[in-house]
Amino acid sequence: MTRPELQEAILKILGGIAPEADLTRLKPQVPLRDQLDIDSMDLLNFMIEIDRRLHVNVPEIDYPKIATLDGCVDYVAARLPGRG
Amino acid sequence: MPQLGADMTAGRLVEWYKKPGDAVQRGDIIAEVDTDKGAIEIEVFSSGVIERILVQPGEKVPVGTPLALIRESGEPAPAAPAPTSTRPRASPAARKAAAALGVDLEKGLVPGTGPEGTITRADVERAAALPAGSPPPPAAPAAAPEGDRQARMRQAIAAAMTRSKREIPHFYLSTTIDLHTAVTWLAAQNAERPVADRLILGVLFLKAVALALRDVPELNARWEGERAVTSDRIHLGVATFLREGGLVAPALHDADRQPLDELMRTFRDLVNRARSGALRSSELADPTITVTSLGERGVDAVFGVIYPPQVAIVGFGTVVERPWVVDQAVVARLQVTATLAADHRVTDGHRGGLFLSAVATLLQQPERL
Repeated sequence: MTRPELQEAILKILGGIAPEADLTRLKPQVPLRDQLDIDSMDLLNFMIEIDRRLHVNVPEIDYPKIATLDGCVDYVAARLPGRG
Repeated sequence: MPQLGADMTAGRLVEWYKKPGDAVQRGDIIAEVDTDKGAIEIEVFSSGVIERILVQPGEKVPVGTPLALIRESGEPAPAAPAPTSTRPRASPAARKAAAALGVDLEKGLVPGTGPEGTITRADVERAAALPAGSPPPPAAPAAAPEGDRQARMRQAIAAAMTRSKREIPHFYLSTTIDLHTAVTWLAAQNAERPVADRLILGVLFLKAVALALRDVPELNARWEGERAVTSDRIHLGVATFLREGGLVAPALHDADRQPLDELMRTFRDLVNRARSGALRSSELADPTITVTSLGERGVDAVFGVIYPPQVAIVGFGTVVERPWVVDQAVVARLQVTATLAADHRVTDGHRGGLFLSAVATLLQQPERL
């Protein structure tokens, strides 16, 4: 999976969690929670979907690393199964 | 048409999932109705066979109107139903009082606080006491456009909250709780769990409230007519914001009896279904107390408005690190401000304080949750 494909997959997950959000305006280096109306339950749902669809388990201690879209893509990209 | 909250006066039948002759079991979803709170799935509370459909898709009917006839197992086929009445439900005593006091119940302007919105004698006496020229009670405000669910929901919230502030003598208490132990315990728990089984801090708050209510059960009650009736089951109404605006507070049934893992699963399912418009009728009708949290929005403390006929609402603010004194030393500790708004007709500050104290104690002993 290329980085643009991964970013698209993550945006698709976010779109399911915050369907009212205009994700084309998301600033990749600004914390997601500052841009989207998401709460703890949404964040948990986000983690569950990343695990289910991309097979990457994000431990709670690493949540700060995926606070932004760029951070999330970097984190997941480094841990995708089958990554050489 | 079930009453799914004090602010609901009518609903529109959207779709039947069953037809005459179909067998139904208690708890089955048989229809969908559209209310100011969104589309709600209607459950049945007895098992049998659908005898007759009384309300067709597209029809809007008042709360209390029979939607269908169900013949229970072994029951003979019923006689033809009486024509559906749109008269407001009122107790005989209420009708007598209305006649004596010159209150016209048929105009639908007297809000009912009895079971399923039945008008009680006290409701009539309240209506009679309103000075001439008073604005009509909010149970029958000018209707918002049918297609504008946002406006309808705001109108429903306005009616319930105005009624609450008019009828319920609120008092407010707050306490600050040290969350160090709870957060540490939670992190250790979640480190061991698959992501789908993780807990969030909010579920600890809910369980602590549910267990604390066992110590102060009068807060878990409904005001019916002239007195509070304590519920022997604890159904927490979880205030949930909706993405398109507005909020609902569906019931987390028997929250005190569910183990924490199960409570988390039902909590997550409830919030997800609330936000996707798939709540069930019992979830909107059953809450015995409401819990609200605005912590995710950066609010220090929330002092709620009680949702009638409930008698209390519990609030949680933002979890934030602040100075705290431990063993005569000032240390940084995660804290939350918990609040209680309660009905002074039912309880008092001393009992409310005991309740908040119990919540605080439980959150400092999370293994008890």
